[in-house]
Amino acid sequence: MFGDFDYKVILASLPYLFGTGMVFTVTLTALAASGGIVLGTIIAMMRLSGVAFLVPIARIYVDFMRSLPLVLVIFWFYFLVPYIGQWITGASRPISVGAFTSALITFTLFEAAFFSEIMRAGIQSIPRGQTSAAQALGLNYVQTMKSVILPQAFRNMLPLLLTQTIVLFQDTSLVYVISLTDFMGAASKVAQRDGRLVEMYIFAALVYLAICFSASFLVRRLQRRVAIIR
Amino acid sequence: MIAIDGVGKWYGPVQVLKGCTTQVSKGEVVVVCGPSGSGKSTLIKTVNALEPFQEGAISVDGIALKDKRTDLPKLRARVGMVFQHFELFPHLSITDNLTLAQCKVLKRPREEARTRGLKLLERVGLSAHAQKFPGQLSGGQQQRVAIARALSMDPIVMLFDEPTSALDPEMVGEVLDVMVQLAREGMTMMCVTHEMGFARKVANRVIFMDRGEIVEDAQKEEFFGQPRSPRAQQFLSKILAH
Repeated sequence: MFGDFDYKVILASLPYLFGTGMVFTVTLTALAASGGIVLGTIIAMMRLSGVAFLVPIARIYVDFMRSLPLVLVIFWFYFLVPYIGQWITGASRPISVGAFTSALITFTLFEAAFFSEIMRAGIQSIPRGQTSAAQALGLNYVQTMKSVILPQAFRNMLPLLLTQTIVLFQDTSLVYVISLTDFMGAASKVAQRDGRLVEMYIFAALVYLAICFSASFLVRRLQRRVAIIR
Repeated sequence: MIAIDGVGKWYGPVQVLKGCTTQVSKGEVVVVCGPSGSGKSTLIKTVNALEPFQEGAISVDGIALKDKRTDLPKLRARVGMVFQHFELFPHLSITDNLTLAQCKVLKRPREEARTRGLKLLERVGLSAHAQKFPGQLSGGQQQRVAIARALSMDPIVMLFDEPTSALDPEMVGEVLDVMVQLAREGMTMMCVTHEMGFARKVANRVIFMDRGEIVEDAQKEEFFGQPRSPRAQQFLSKILAH
């Protein structure tokens, strides 16, 4: 099987694989993870707010997103976002948003559902006395959240947030359905073009493995460093 | 300073406070005691509106808690509170614990807040620990920091919710010393505690609660001399026996 294994194909395509594919993958992962964590935290706070109309909105959102396959959501959004944009801005024609923006919005909204569950667990893990103490000092809700609860919740949940980000990193390969070229897509294209499926797919697998494996390792080390002294 | 008038509170169908009426005047030290589950912690938490109540009225320094125009965070900033489990912020250094609310709520400049915080830290005898984190201190030290943190807001009254109940016995003294000193300096204090030695030393009045009701509200001498209610007598004989 490896008799006619052609390393040169891999070497020759490295600039394309990393310069185009990996840059795309990392950019999308970083932006969607940041956006997802911010949005997820807001959803978690809505869910825990006890405010009559916010709680069900947050719950339905999370349940809805988690019940749909990601590929379907990517597809849907790609075709839907232009019309939503039109509806919001009142334009006469569907807004052209581009595949990347569409993918970014999709991943952010989708991942927010998962991040919100992590942040919810994080916020709930902080003893109620901490909120009481912050309030007793005169801090209002926003100050209490920002200075006391969220920093602790975030630190406690950092390992889980990063693990979810690693999953997101792998999931970004699904953008092939809307003809975007991420690392996986780039490898796939070269494989088809040169008829070197074995080489390219093995290489792609090794790259994902190396990145995700070392990321997991780093997360574990980080976990020990950021842990709050109790 | 604090006026509690006919306060009633329910958790669902269970009534945890029944018609509680009392007051704390400026400079007065009032100790609240009673068996566990008698509602004393709940009562003290209603004073700075950490616990809502359904019936009656409470006012602090003339400001009614139930009034919709009352800015609760602003009022709480003037009422110091010390908790059973200290509740220092574990992710912040001792210095940051002392300055956070000063900066955020009172809008004091960082340096001023720091100077004020460190001065209070010195007062509770913990200057050497300014850079440490709460988890690196003993329970007694943490509680002293918590007292300093409350004092850093220049409160007009201090509430203590069983400040020594979670401490190892050998650390109770150091916290009580700080509280005694505070009382002698004329701080208005309302303390939920079982430390009858402390009550004898500095309290002006003692309130005894049982099953959500204020059963006895008497001057210290009167209370320790001869409580009028059999329930208070029984309670006292139990805790003073040891």
